[in-house]
This record gives sequence, C-alpha cells and structure tokens, in this order.
Amino acid sequence: MSQFLQYMVAGVALGAKYALVALGFVIIFKATGVINFAQGGLVMLGAYLTYNFGVTWDLPFWVAVAMAMVVTALVGVVIERVILRYMVGRPAFALIMITVGLLFILQQVTVAIWGDDALNLGDPWGLGTFRIGDIVIQERDLWAVILAAAAVAVFFVFFRYSSLGLAMRATAIDQEAALAQGMSAKRVHAAAWAIAGATGALAGVTIAAGSASLDPSIQFIALLAFPAIILGGIDSPLGAVVGGLVIGITQSLTNGYQAEYLAFLGSGFQSVMPFVVMVLVLLVRPYGLFGTPEVKRV
Amino acid sequence: MARTSPYLVTDYRQELKAFGTGWKRFGVLVAAVLWLITPLQVGDAWLFILNFIAVFAIGGIGLNLLTGFAGQVSLGHAFFLGVGAYAAAWFGGQQELPLVLWLPIAGLVGAAIGALVGPIALRLSGHYLAIVTLALLFIGEHIFLEWTSVTGGTRGVRVNAGLSIGPVDFTALDVAGTTYSREQGLFWLLWGLVALAAVLAFNIVRTRPGRALQAIRDRDTAAEVIGVNITRYKVGVFAISSAYAAIAGGLYGAALLRSVRPEQFGDFNGILLSITFIAIIIVGGMGTTVGAILGSFVVVGLPRVIERFSGDLPFLIQGAGDSGLIRVSQFNNMLFGLLIIVFLLVEPMGIAAIWRRITTYFKAWPFSY
Repeated sequence: MSQFLQYMVAGVALGAKYALVALGFVIIFKATGVINFAQGGLVMLGAYLTYNFGVTWDLPFWVAVAMAMVVTALVGVVIERVILRYMVGRPAFALIMITVGLLFILQQVTVAIWGDDALNLGDPWGLGTFRIGDIVIQERDLWAVILAAAAVAVFFVFFRYSSLGLAMRATAIDQEAALAQGMSAKRVHAAAWAIAGATGALAGVTIAAGSASLDPSIQFIALLAFPAIILGGIDSPLGAVVGGLVIGITQSLTNGYQAEYLAFLGSGFQSVMPFVVMVLVLLVRPYGLFGTPEVKRV
Repeated sequence: MARTSPYLVTDYRQELKAFGTGWKRFGVLVAAVLWLITPLQVGDAWLFILNFIAVFAIGGIGLNLLTGFAGQVSLGHAFFLGVGAYAAAWFGGQQELPLVLWLPIAGLVGAAIGALVGPIALRLSGHYLAIVTLALLFIGEHIFLEWTSVTGGTRGVRVNAGLSIGPVDFTALDVAGTTYSREQGLFWLLWGLVALAAVLAFNIVRTRPGRALQAIRDRDTAAEVIGVNITRYKVGVFAISSAYAAIAGGLYGAALLRSVRPEQFGDFNGILLSITFIAIIIVGGMGTTVGAILGSFVVVGLPRVIERFSGDLPFLIQGAGDSGLIRVSQFNNMLFGLLIIVFLLVEPMGIAAIWRRITTYFKAWPFSY
C-alpha cells in the first residue's frame, strides 16, 4: 500500500509539471487558435535563463525565476508580434508548422548559447526529501505541486476578475463579436503569448530542478504534455490540469507496476503510455474530456 | 484553318493530357538527358547528395498527396520511413528477396499500417490529427526497440537488401566493358524511381481520386454533400502516402544508410525527419507533384552543401577547437525552422508558385496578366 502511495505521490508531482506546460498551450490555443509546438522551446529557454540569472549572475533564486519569467514572456510577445500576427486566418496546417519552425530555432539558439551539457539549475531544493509516515517526498516535487496550484489559482482569478481576462474569454468565444465590443484582439493575443511564456518558464524551473537536471532534453517533456492537453481537451484550462495529473499518475503507475504485471509490453513502456492513453481517449471522445466539440454546419 | 493556341483546351481528353504542350514534352526530354549524363559528369560526393535528395523526394511526393492534396497534417511520416527500412532489412536482407519484390512489399507493409491508422484520422482533424500522428513516432520507436528479432533492438540491424534488377546490379554497374561506381549506379536507379513515383502521383491527382481529395481538403462537409466518399478517400490517401514513405524508407535504409537503429525514427530524430518532409513540401509547393522534388533539392541539398563548404563560412564551428558562433549541425537544424517560417510567411505555395508566375508572365506577354 505504501508503495502504491509512493507511486501516486510521484505521479502527482509529474502531473503538476505536465499541467504547468499544458496551461501554456491551452492559453495560447484559447485566445489565438494556435497549437503552439514552440511551447517546449519556451520551457527550455525559461529554465536556461533561470540558470543564467541564478548561477552565472549569482542572483537569488526567486529573483532569477521572476526575471526568467519576464524575459520569456517578452520573447513570447516578440514571437507573436513579429511572426504570428501575419498568420491570422491561415489554415491550421500553416499555423502548426510555423510554431514547429519556431521550436527548432529556439532550441538551437538555446543550445548554441548554453551548450548541451547537464547543468545545475541552482535551485534551493536539490535532492532534499522529507517523510510523511512511510512515504518519502522530494522537496522539489512538493514545490512543483505548489507552483502548479498557485498558477492555476492565478489563472482562475485573472480570467474571472480582470478586464483583460474577460476580454480574453470573449475573444476566445467569438473574435469578431469581441472586436465589435471594442476589445483589442492584438492586445489579447500579445497577452496570451506573454502569459504562456511566463508559465512556460515556471514549468521549465520545476522540470529542471534537482541536481544536474538541466539539459536540452527538457524540451521533450513538453512533447509528453501533448497527451495531457489532448486528454483534457485543447481549449480547457481545467482539462489541462486534470489531463496533466491523469497522465502523470498513469505514467508513474506504469513505471512501478508494468514490469511486474505486463512485462510483455517491453521495458521503458512508461514513456509511451501517455500516447497510448491519448489515442484511446480520442477514439472515444474526439475532443478530449473537457474540450468543446466542433459544430459542423452544412 | 487558323492554328489554335496550345493553351486553348476544347475537350476533356485534351485537358487530361499530361504533356499537352510542346514545352512540357521538351522539359521531359531535358530531364531524361540530365538523368542519363549527370552521373558521368559529377563526382561521387555530389552524387551521394543527389541520391539523398532522390530518396527524400519520393517520400515528399507521398506526403504531398496526403497534406498538399487532401489537407491532412501528419507528423508521423518518419515512422513509416522506419517501417519501410525495417521491411527492407527483413524481406530484402534476411529473406534475400530481390529488389523487384522487397521494394513493393515494403510499400505494401507501409500501406497496410497506414490503412490501420487512417480510421483514426477520420475522426480527427487539424490540430488533433497532428498530435496523434506525433504519438505514432513514440509508439513506433518503442515497437522498433522491442521487436528485436526483426529490428535488432538498440543495436540496430544491417540492411543488406539487394539493389539489382535481374542481372543488373546497380551497386556495381558494368555496361559494355565500363564499370561504374556505386553512387553512379544508384543515381540511375533512385532517380528512375523518383520519375516513376512522380508519374504515378501525377496520374492520381489529375484524375477522379485527385479531385475528390482536393474537394475534401477545401471543405470536407461540402465534398461529402456532393457525393465524395470521405471514409474511402481519407483512408486511401493515408495508405498511399504511407506506402510512398515506406518505399522511401526502404531505399533510405538499403541504398543510403545501410544499417538502421530505432532512434533514427523516433524522439528528436524522428520529429526532425518528419519535419524535413513537411519542409520539403512547404518549400517546394503544396499541392504540386513537382514541388516535392524541387523542395527536396533545397531542404535536403542545402544542409549538405553547407556542410561541405562550412570551412569557408566563418560563423560556423566545424569541430572541437574551431571558433565561431554555432555548430554546423545546429545551424542546419535552425535552417529548417527558418525555411519553414520564411516560406509560410512570404511564399506559402512554395517554389512551384514562383515558377508558375514566371511562366504565366511569358505566356501572357506582352500583357501583364
């Protein structure tokens, strides 16, 4: 039983990281209708910037994180302003491919600047652990969950009570109607990219925390977050969180039990499991668990 | 009777003609002559690059059917390339079947798996489809890793598939007393296959199925209403496109790499490979058969050319100890991204559109349009 709880704890922590990455995807999709494959690049950039501010420039960790969030948000705004603004109204294929192109550029620029060795992020948690009963909890995992929960709370308050949040919700429902009511679509799009950039940086910090965990492979965790957003439904922030947790827990339990009970699936199946779950869910519900079904009009 | 313009089409039979005008026939002749003499004039190192371009052109023609004509996004093309490469290793290498058998078999295996995936594509569109095909790469890599009897697991497998048709061995051509090198022989084989693949695709798209696919791309509901069987055509085009990819994969393994490992078709490399094909059709021109070939020259050829001349480009780092801004491989990966973005922003219909604009200018001369 305690082993099961241990796997659950690990799964929730992993899920929180997925959820943070997924939130960045969802907010851009909701506001602008773009699936942002470059989110993984923003996550990576955010983590490396934190390293740069915190370790290379020797600033306090939380200051470094805040600065990385601001800079990544600015990068997001620049991407929107310079490239995606000219792509409004183009087919989904073109939008997807342009963000894939961006991913390649962000990735290679990051590696060109910081190299591809494993680095220490310089976070205060390291490999510290504490115990509750039989269960060992890593400090960085606890912080991942806290930060994800905080981000979700901020999202909720922002969308519910701020006028920009209201404008973003209106634009997501009907861009033309929102424009007619005097809401600036340009501001909304820029804000969405800024928020996605900041969330991405935060996600990058939680993923890269620990000893020598910062290397270019952290962009792949963003690919594993795709099952999470698809599972939850591409346009639902709540879905992103639920999807992230489901995928995280599934992956952790697969990691723990599959070798014992389903050995024929082969070693390393846990990294494939999210995609298997995603395909199965999509076959039953093509718009995810919380997504809005697309209405076909003839 | 006055001579009619070759561009004036008066009946359907004429409209369907592949090489209706004198210029087009002349173009085919030029291509055939180039095909024959290039290996005699160009060194092996350049021929190797041209052979690479040929293999990617075949896969690109297939993806263009799926994406350019039917409007379905697929990030899983690399998986089907892997399927083809392993099919070549098994049927051509282990079972020692000849080229005329293992290559079609590789295509059939690809088509069968494509037809299995196709029904998923029916339920999904756009964004969702892109991400699900991405899942193919991960699930595929896992299968390649675990099915060790065929794939050799992490250690990979040698692709010893034969590259000869009957008595003619393309890896060591011997015609009338003259012996030709492996690259020369492969050039004739691979570019011959490109021509075959292009003609086949061209015939698919200019006839009934092609128009059905374009109708689905432009608005699937409307296509359904006028009587296009969406299920049949979507699954069909997925299968055909996968067959093209698998054939390209078989040649990739047998003619170019000669041994394949799972990680070449999964994870980062898999995504890179899939994106390469997408870049090919974006740069070349979506919805044109010749576009895939042109795009392949730019997207596959350019990085190799840069590699060869990297010593002359001061901002590139060649090896350890060399100074510069960025490593050659990184620069080339970045170039993919840049090519995709620039073409999508500036010329979304690719090089083919530029070519069409030039020919239109001369056709309409002295009028501006």
